[in-house]
Amino acid sequence: MTDTNTQPIVKAVNIKKTFKDVIALAGVDLEIMPSEYTALLGPNGAGKTTLVEIIEGIQKPDSGEITLFGKHWSGNKDELYKQIGLSFQETKFEDKLTAAETLKMFAAFYGLNDNRVEEILNIVNLQEKRKSYVVNLSGGQRQKLALGIALLNNPKLLILDEPTTGLDPTARREIWAILHELKKNHGTSMILTTHYMEEAENLCEKIVIIDKGKVLAKGTLEQLIADSKTSEIVQFKVLDKSTFPDFSKFKNLRETQWEDSTNVVTMSVDNTSAFLPEMVSYLNNAGCKISELRCRYVTLDDLFIRMTGRKLTD
Amino acid sequence: MLKQFTQLLSIQFKEFFREPGALFWSFIFPILMSFALGMAFSDKPEMSQHAAVVIPSTDSSFLKTYLSNNCSKSSSQKNEYQKSVDYKELGKTTTHFIPTTWKESEIMMKRGQIELILTENKGKINYHFDPANFTSRLAYIIVSGMMDGKNLVSTNSVIKPLQTKGTRYIDFLVPGLLAMGIMSSCLWGISYGLIEKRSKKLLRRLVATPMKKSLFMITMFISRFVFALLETVALLTFAYFVFDVTIQGSIIAFAAVIISGSFFFMGLSILLASRTANTQVGNGFISAITMPMMLLSGIFFSYSNFPDVMIPIIKYLPLTLFADSLRSIINEGFGIMDIIQPLLILTITGLTTFFIGLKIYKWY
Repeated sequence: MTDTNTQPIVKAVNIKKTFKDVIALAGVDLEIMPSEYTALLGPNGAGKTTLVEIIEGIQKPDSGEITLFGKHWSGNKDELYKQIGLSFQETKFEDKLTAAETLKMFAAFYGLNDNRVEEILNIVNLQEKRKSYVVNLSGGQRQKLALGIALLNNPKLLILDEPTTGLDPTARREIWAILHELKKNHGTSMILTTHYMEEAENLCEKIVIIDKGKVLAKGTLEQLIADSKTSEIVQFKVLDKSTFPDFSKFKNLRETQWEDSTNVVTMSVDNTSAFLPEMVSYLNNAGCKISELRCRYVTLDDLFIRMTGRKLTD
Repeated sequence: MLKQFTQLLSIQFKEFFREPGALFWSFIFPILMSFALGMAFSDKPEMSQHAAVVIPSTDSSFLKTYLSNNCSKSSSQKNEYQKSVDYKELGKTTTHFIPTTWKESEIMMKRGQIELILTENKGKINYHFDPANFTSRLAYIIVSGMMDGKNLVSTNSVIKPLQTKGTRYIDFLVPGLLAMGIMSSCLWGISYGLIEKRSKKLLRRLVATPMKKSLFMITMFISRFVFALLETVALLTFAYFVFDVTIQGSIIAFAAVIISGSFFFMGLSILLASRTANTQVGNGFISAITMPMMLLSGIFFSYSNFPDVMIPIIKYLPLTLFADSLRSIINEGFGIMDIIQPLLILTITGLTTFFIGLKIYKWY
């Protein structure tokens, strides 16, 4: 007998997709395990949405194989849609329907009764807005409604495409709280696409970095940092670029990055406590004055920039 | 399945009845149109026409003498003259003469403020107007007759105004408004509604559930058909109580035409909405279809005024078939066999466009 908890819920093998001349996905492999929250991180145009739409059965890959719960989309659409919950980017629901009416309509598609609608209104904290027209809901409340619709059928797999884009920090944290509760109480799996590093770090144990249709790295944040073979960052601003000395043969220094517009130097180092005094002395001897010196651990942001050469928000 | 059906149907009705604009254009606007046009053409109104008169500077001007001796000074405009003639059954016609320069008169003509410009040359009156303009032609006939001292109504004839049902302008207008209302309601309601749902990405969200697509379409059709019936009943009830318009032919034939006409425009709506990605393009498509038909199909005035070469084409426009069939049932007492040809054309083309539309329909 197969243990279902060791079988991936989603299995994507060598997925390729091209739109006219643009390669959206260039052979992506992905596995999502039960109760696993996975973040797909990538800048605009990285291929995240195309990948989730293929997982959601909305688009077909040019080649490769995709299965959900061990089944292909072809011939199993209704069955699979009963097991997953979706929230697309920028779906606009009917303006002149109330939050409760919108939920009731979607509940009817799953054969669910009004009790489930009430439960969902509670889960997403929209009880007080149940009679408000969608047009009168705030951005955060609309996202909560979209999340509520995704949760109606108590899905085993939740796929959320940028669920907090454009929301203020408070609304974003409210959505995070709902998703944390869901994982704790229901063991749901989730695929989340996001622009926010903080969101990926806060919600997901597994992170997949994707750019130009390729998976650049995947694993837990700790694995990604360990794989990068560096965990510490020294950052400072150089007041006069011409005085900055050559660091190429400096010990414990793995990499130096210059930001031309701000003269900010970011150094990836192995041992900050040993590196820092030597660096300060070396700069003094060279007559190079610096300001805004900071030491910190490496973040997902640093890894992302290192892998893609771009910021996530680009 | 039943729960899906009832929920989808109830949503369609709620969306419609909560949109004041949709209610106005579907129910109030056709009634206002029939009232305004019905009243305008049901009485003998006073006809008013305007002519600019360019008087020569010579002392012996016929125009100057005519205005002084035969016309009265206007009470409202101090430089204007006017002359009224009452033709009894035809009603009163007042001609306003505005003495001015040639340059000013040309400006007035460009602005549509006058129908004629009168000048004088070697003792003869010259009438300047566009012969293609019916109003100017009528003004020319009346003014020239008046100046020649002729009686425009033949003394050897009697005018007998027709007031029997079916011959009045309102009888012509109401079936046209019914047909136009159903066309607009289907095309804007279904086509525009579906395109809007697609551009809002709501369609793709709906189909990413176990929702039956067929139920979605069926409930949209049912709700639109109910709205079309309500529109029909509202306008007919109004026309009956205010203008005494009644259906003189077969009620079954009338119902069959309403159904086939609605079905045609519903099918066309699906075809139009099948691939259109956004509401701007949809807006253009719908306007490009409805506007020419509203102008050509004889909704407000008979299409017989169009050039002969166009008439055979106009007669087979869907809105013309629809409006003419309704008119022949309401005004001429036709039965179902009399209108079987347009009925079949509308139904078959409606079914064809519907199935083509569904076949190529893009849900995402």
